[in-house]
Amino acid sequence: MKAPADYAHLEDQFQARIDAEEKIEPKDWMPDKYRKTLIRQISQHAHSEIVGMLPEGNWVTRAPSLRRKVALLAKVQDEAGHGLYLYGAAETLGAERDDLLDELHTGNAKYSSIFNYPTLSWADIGAIGWLVDGAAIMNQVPLCRCSYGPYARAMVRVCKEESFHQRQGYEIMLTLARGTEAQKKMAQDALNRWWWPSLMMFGPNDAESKHTAQSMAWKIKRFTNDELRQRFVDITAPQAEFIGLTIPDEHLKYNEETGHYDFGPINWDEFWQVVSGEGPCNRQRLKARRRAHEEGQWVRDAALAHAEKRRQRQAAKKDQKVA
Amino acid sequence: MTLADAKYQYLLRMGDNALILGHRLSEWCGHGPILEQDIAITNIALDQVGQARSLLQYAAQLEGKGRTEDNLAYKRDVMEYRNVLLVEQPNENFAYTIVRQFLFDAFNFLLHKSLVNSKDEHLKAIAEKSLKEITYHLRYSSEWMIRLGDGTAESHQKIQTALDDLFIYTGELLTPDAVDQTIFEAGIGPDLTALQAPYQAKIDEILQQATLQKPEVKYMQSGGKDGRMHTEYLGYILAELQFVQRAYPNMEW
Repeated sequence: MKAPADYAHLEDQFQARIDAEEKIEPKDWMPDKYRKTLIRQISQHAHSEIVGMLPEGNWVTRAPSLRRKVALLAKVQDEAGHGLYLYGAAETLGAERDDLLDELHTGNAKYSSIFNYPTLSWADIGAIGWLVDGAAIMNQVPLCRCSYGPYARAMVRVCKEESFHQRQGYEIMLTLARGTEAQKKMAQDALNRWWWPSLMMFGPNDAESKHTAQSMAWKIKRFTNDELRQRFVDITAPQAEFIGLTIPDEHLKYNEETGHYDFGPINWDEFWQVVSGEGPCNRQRLKARRRAHEEGQWVRDAALAHAEKRRQRQAAKKDQKVA
Repeated sequence: MTLADAKYQYLLRMGDNALILGHRLSEWCGHGPILEQDIAITNIALDQVGQARSLLQYAAQLEGKGRTEDNLAYKRDVMEYRNVLLVEQPNENFAYTIVRQFLFDAFNFLLHKSLVNSKDEHLKAIAEKSLKEITYHLRYSSEWMIRLGDGTAESHQKIQTALDDLFIYTGELLTPDAVDQTIFEAGIGPDLTALQAPYQAKIDEILQQATLQKPEVKYMQSGGKDGRMHTEYLGYILAELQFVQRAYPNMEW
């Protein structure tokens, strides 16, 4: 146990490294709170990837063409891959994947609330790619410069794939928007349902965000929630206009003075409702994850048991040789 | 039967096998027993659907009626599908999925090893690309057969049950009919009877390592590839697979 004066000194040194834009690596000294904050954030991010597979996986068997099916399968597989290396990044901080999964399954860990909304039509797959991956990119591109090395490096790869997904989703929406009346209606309906939850993905307003100030000082976060949300609206509004879809916000308007789009108030009651576990699909998502884990137990047990048998057989062979 | 008819049927069979098996595997996406296996199963699903696309594109071209891969996949009903019964069997649990995969991969591997020498250049090219993927599939499913068979008492019992249930669908894989015969005589595909011994040898080898019993089967189920019969499962697969195109016909997606 360090004396308080030593600890303060270490913290100063740590902050000086952060301020100098040095990367913090797994074996470096770091404040406990920095470690805990990162484990929380990275594991939430990993859980979001895994839970995020469910609403999109919901349309894999029903994709409307073989080309779309292959692209969607590949996309969902990418999400699983992101989950895998994010759990890996959390493990570099001393967390165990099994413990993190337990936290998810018991409902103690959070994941992105957006995945608690249902995918009801094929257009939802386009909307998720366009809006949800689009919002995720806004959040994640700055994370490529996050002060914690392994997280920053994982994000570089994640962002490359996410931006591909975003274009793919937009292309689905474009195809629908230029299609028949039924397809346009499907696309507009998806935009209506996904728009506001996408804006909520950036988290509470800055004034309400309890982690922002410290995370910014540690350079885990580079921009505030509201800054990122504004950037998302500024980029997405013209994209909607280009394909002839209407964003469901009567207050949305380009503001010549600020150079940004003004937009209407977010329904924060809905946000907190979903975060607290009472969104449209929270129960189904957790149930699906828990079921996969529980039903997979015997498979994981068998793999371990078999590996142990092999190890013993090989050890026995070696002993025989030595004898 | 003309050679052109036989070729079209042959390509449909291969394409449908790949598509329906890919569909079954894709049902696991997001629900795998562990993240790494979720990725692996999805990967095999991707390969299968990718192969289905190449095969059905070629089938449509051979048919010469202006149909596309999607027309073939989305607009044929159960009795027009030509996949073997094995691939339409449900996932049930991971053991059934692995056994189904292994029994199919062992066949598919031998088939493609022959098809890389096909006199049909187009099919030969598809087979060359697919063989690399199928070689990996067979390794994957063989390893899991062994792991589950020689794992815990529970896993052993589960995979033996799956094997007992699914083995009845292996008969039609290597029983030649007029289509297979025509294809063989034209030098396009293998003599299926010649693949029977290596197929059984592969099965025996893996079952022995997996400490599993080969089921004794008096009557094999068949009819999928020649269009005489399917199991009830296929209708539900198609209901799901074809839903959007059926509900919103004649649109671009």
